[in-house]
Amino acid sequence: MENGRIRIALTGKPNAGKSSLFNHLTGLNQKIGNFPGVTVDKRMGYCQLDNNTHAEIIDLPGIYSLYPRTLDEKIVTEIFSDQKSELYPDKVVLIADATNLKNCMLLLTQLIDLRIPTVVALNMMDLAAKSGLSIDVKRLSSLLDVPVVMINARKGHGIYELKRLLAEPLSASKKSVFQIEDEIKPVIAIIRNHFTLATDYEAYHFLQQTDNLIFLTQEQRAFVKAVAKEHQFFPHKYQGAETVMRYGFIQELLNKAIVKPSHRDWKKVSHGIDRVLTHKVGGYLIFFGVLFLIFQAIFAWAQIPMDFIDSSFARLSNNLSRELPEGPFFELISQGIVPGIGGIVIFIPQIAILFACIAILEESGYMARVVFLMDKAMRKFGLNGKSVVPLMSGWACAIPAIMATRTIDNWKERLITIFVTPFMSCSARLPVFTILVALIIPDVKLFGFFNYQGLVLMGLYLLGFLAAIFSAWAMKFILKTTERSFLMMELPTYRMPRWPNVGYTIIEKTKTFVFEAGRVILAISIILWVLKSYGPLDEMNDANRVVKAESSSLQLSEAEIDNRVAAYKLEHSYAGKLGKGIEPLIRPLGFDWKIGIALVSSFAAREVFVGTIAAIYSISSAEDQPTIKQRLRSEINPETGGPRYTPAVGMSLLIFYTFAMQCMSTLAIVKRETKGWKWPLIQLAYMTGLAYLSAFIVYQVMS
Amino acid sequence: MAKNVAEMLPGETAIIAGFADEQIGLKLLELGLLPGTAIRFNFTAPFGDPVCVSVSDVDLSLRIDEASTISVIN
Repeated sequence: MENGRIRIALTGKPNAGKSSLFNHLTGLNQKIGNFPGVTVDKRMGYCQLDNNTHAEIIDLPGIYSLYPRTLDEKIVTEIFSDQKSELYPDKVVLIADATNLKNCMLLLTQLIDLRIPTVVALNMMDLAAKSGLSIDVKRLSSLLDVPVVMINARKGHGIYELKRLLAEPLSASKKSVFQIEDEIKPVIAIIRNHFTLATDYEAYHFLQQTDNLIFLTQEQRAFVKAVAKEHQFFPHKYQGAETVMRYGFIQELLNKAIVKPSHRDWKKVSHGIDRVLTHKVGGYLIFFGVLFLIFQAIFAWAQIPMDFIDSSFARLSNNLSRELPEGPFFELISQGIVPGIGGIVIFIPQIAILFACIAILEESGYMARVVFLMDKAMRKFGLNGKSVVPLMSGWACAIPAIMATRTIDNWKERLITIFVTPFMSCSARLPVFTILVALIIPDVKLFGFFNYQGLVLMGLYLLGFLAAIFSAWAMKFILKTTERSFLMMELPTYRMPRWPNVGYTIIEKTKTFVFEAGRVILAISIILWVLKSYGPLDEMNDANRVVKAESSSLQLSEAEIDNRVAAYKLEHSYAGKLGKGIEPLIRPLGFDWKIGIALVSSFAAREVFVGTIAAIYSISSAEDQPTIKQRLRSEINPETGGPRYTPAVGMSLLIFYTFAMQCMSTLAIVKRETKGWKWPLIQLAYMTGLAYLSAFIVYQVMS
Repeated sequence: MAKNVAEMLPGETAIIAGFADEQIGLKLLELGLLPGTAIRFNFTAPFGDPVCVSVSDVDLSLRIDEASTISVIN
């Protein structure tokens, strides 16, 4: 505690209202970082407790006890059992669900034994009142020797009292819940002395879960294991007895502190909803209805802001090219950086809407039922019910989607989910799809009702999904694991979503996209601009002379000659050379070197295709930029004399974009999440190989 | 009669007697499924797996494999 700045950690079981409280305490004053060394998001924020005390608040992943099950949960154990860590909190707020005190108390009793100064925030008092539950809070507090504050995290009640309490000095509870057995006391003493630990219980955790505590060095771990072996301490031998002993204490505590238990049937409404939402037929119909609504939202509602962003950035880029003085630096701004930023901003509406939908489903408690409904089907394909959320998020952006796999505790299922999520058609594919579909599929209606273009677009999304689940299915047989898979999960009571929480989720996920994917997209746009603007000097300088010599007999206007010069320059730029270089490779798919440039640049991020195509043709086109679609339609294939973008070429491109791994940012995230280059490289080879093969077959069959 | 949770019928209530699998047992204990506590079998997912049970007012979802390791008496 220095300069009145203290560190407070929020902890508690999942669905106890932790994020609501965190949002109330910190407001928009929060940021997401990484815990050092591990890839778990660290949600941090700041809060002024009173005039003198400023607090740093850390929101920890939801957890039932200090014995972690998932990667997310491990971090909590880490933080609480390493007193020397810089993240070790000065104070802890344990958020307890008043309607379900019993299994919120397990973690509390462990914190008490670790002698961590703790405050209990008794949340959901409104629901408790509704259920007829009555708790003697004073009694609870004195029995635990821990201050208890009643709050309603959704409405913000009791936050003021909580802040005031946290600003004051807080000492740890003097209770001892877990009585360590006599036979292991000697070994505990050795560990405690060796590491100079503050409590026996901390030493006990060193012995119990040596491998989960990442802060221990190799030698320290070896030491603990040797001591354990010498004294015949077997991890897990005492864990069951510990839990039972703690629950014994909790039951006795609740017998004294609960004045009146809740009615039997206070969950009647929630159970009624469950009967409908998990119904054998109705449950799935409702789920698919929800999916359809989400799609509708992404496609229809997001279109309006997207069109606006698109035209705004186009206008800005044009105005800048006109207003700024000439020179490579200003060209870089108007033609490289501004369109690059535009290419990032354009996805925000879709990403925001999709994550708003997912947040609403999570907040209401419905998502847990989706996991429940889908678990068996998903397991057939080597996935887990919990894979549904990442896969759905994949429709917006694979980056937050892959981060969302951390809730899957089984490594194999998590890896498969990470591996196949990029097959889900993300919003960056949509602009490519839209433009190509509009180009090759006639705008007519089937039976006067179904729009052909819409059907093809849906088909592509379905194709991506099928590629995802069948790849998952294949991986199920390839990957071997002895680790067991669990589902055990609480089905929370249905509640109205808390809208500010939905808002915070949108901000958080959009930020992830902008900063993780955005900077790569921006960097690549700048590199591409350079590659397209520069080439070997002698060839570029020759442009004027060569074009004039070639076209001297054609009697062209000034403007037409300029176009030819620009086209010549692009063809001879580094980008043009790259495109031509890969032309032999992509010719079997029906692509020429111009598409080649777009493909190469798409390996940064898919949507760059549209921008690159626009750039390629706008450089060689007249100044009154026609829309890209019209421009593409009029592009002639010099070999056939017919249109360049035939249905065969269009379909081949569409299939290629559906399957190919063309997102550098995703590869970077996969590398981070799988801790190595092995999986991102396999993913790149597999997805791109599949894309090449499928596009080849489509083109050869269709042409 | 001793049986396991997977064999219970929707709406049936029983008392938890013990766990056949140590690893699963430890996790279930932490969720409050203690021997001697009442467990109610609520409903199953459409294909019979997973299942939803209630223990001391908490609704939990368990896979059939997990449920079958909990022995009960009623």
